[in-house]
Amino acid sequence: MRRWLLILLVALAGIAGNGPQAREAAPLAADEATERRLVAISSELRCLVCQNESLSGSNAELANDLRREIRNLIHEGRSDAEIMEFMVSRYGDFVRYRPPLKGTTLLLWFGPGLLFVAALAALLLYLRRRERALADQRPLSGDETRRAEALLHDRDAPPRP
Amino acid sequence: MNRFLWPLIGFAVLVVLLAVGLNLNPRDVPSPLVGKPAPAFALARLDAPERQFSPKEMLGKVWLLNVWASWCVSCRQEHPVLVELAKRQSVPLVGLNYKEVRGDGAIDSGKLDAAAEKRMVIERAGGWLARHGDPYSLSVLDIDGRVGIDYGVYGVPETYVIDKAGIIRMKHTGPVTPDILAGKILPLLGELSR
Repeated sequence: MRRWLLILLVALAGIAGNGPQAREAAPLAADEATERRLVAISSELRCLVCQNESLSGSNAELANDLRREIRNLIHEGRSDAEIMEFMVSRYGDFVRYRPPLKGTTLLLWFGPGLLFVAALAALLLYLRRRERALADQRPLSGDETRRAEALLHDRDAPPRP
Repeated sequence: MNRFLWPLIGFAVLVVLLAVGLNLNPRDVPSPLVGKPAPAFALARLDAPERQFSPKEMLGKVWLLNVWASWCVSCRQEHPVLVELAKRQSVPLVGLNYKEVRGDGAIDSGKLDAAAEKRMVIERAGGWLARHGDPYSLSVLDIDGRVGIDYGVYGVPETYVIDKAGIIRMKHTGPVTPDILAGKILPLLGELSR
């Protein structure tokens, strides 16, 4: 009995000793729906510290803070659009992975399409021009064909003017 | 001739675009807050923690808000510039001490209760200013970084120029260098103070 008690005490001491040293996991929201919305919203957002990572995937301090902030907003019953607005009003359109369509982003949205159309037009123009150039070449006449063949077969034949 | 000229021109354009693109600073994200009123807050002061400071108190003055922390390496780099500015200029410089304890990865702040954390913040921030010089009219304590989020802070140090009507007129991310101070901040201050 006494041995068991000792083992129990040692085990408890171990737990107590380890507890504070282990880093605590970030608090998970109690309900799954909140977490799902958090992930959905934060994957649309850029982490500003490590700019090519989404807010949901980033481990930066600020990303943690912002996720906590979004969680609070969800608990307050704000809509996704309102939460997006909260972020954009502080960090600008840059936080959004899908930039809104407006004057300054027109080139961003339609630039690739324009480039593609321009390249396609250039290709068509080039092909048509080449076709016309080929069509312009008339076939050899009978006399010319014979001369060409003679030249190909007889290497020693002197070139005629 | 023409046939070889076009690829060459294309290549030259590409090189120019890459040269410009690679020399841009990706941290230079335009702040949507420029031209908007400075977000309100009420935070404890470093020099008198029982008292609070709010941007409302600065209405009618042109002032600077500088976000700093003792763990922030770039802050140490810009600090002499700020100390020098405080000596020469009479513009009020308010420090926003940002996540002094929580932002320091070396400290496990989860173990601290709020009062202990605040004591630690005051001790560390105060100690740092005592060692390196205090250019601030006053500093306030943003212990959990909430006010930082309202100001769109994402990389300490950051500096805001706020006009007499409480509108943010400029935001600078990263350390204030003598060039930026003389070339951008001081001219703007002069213009706003008129």
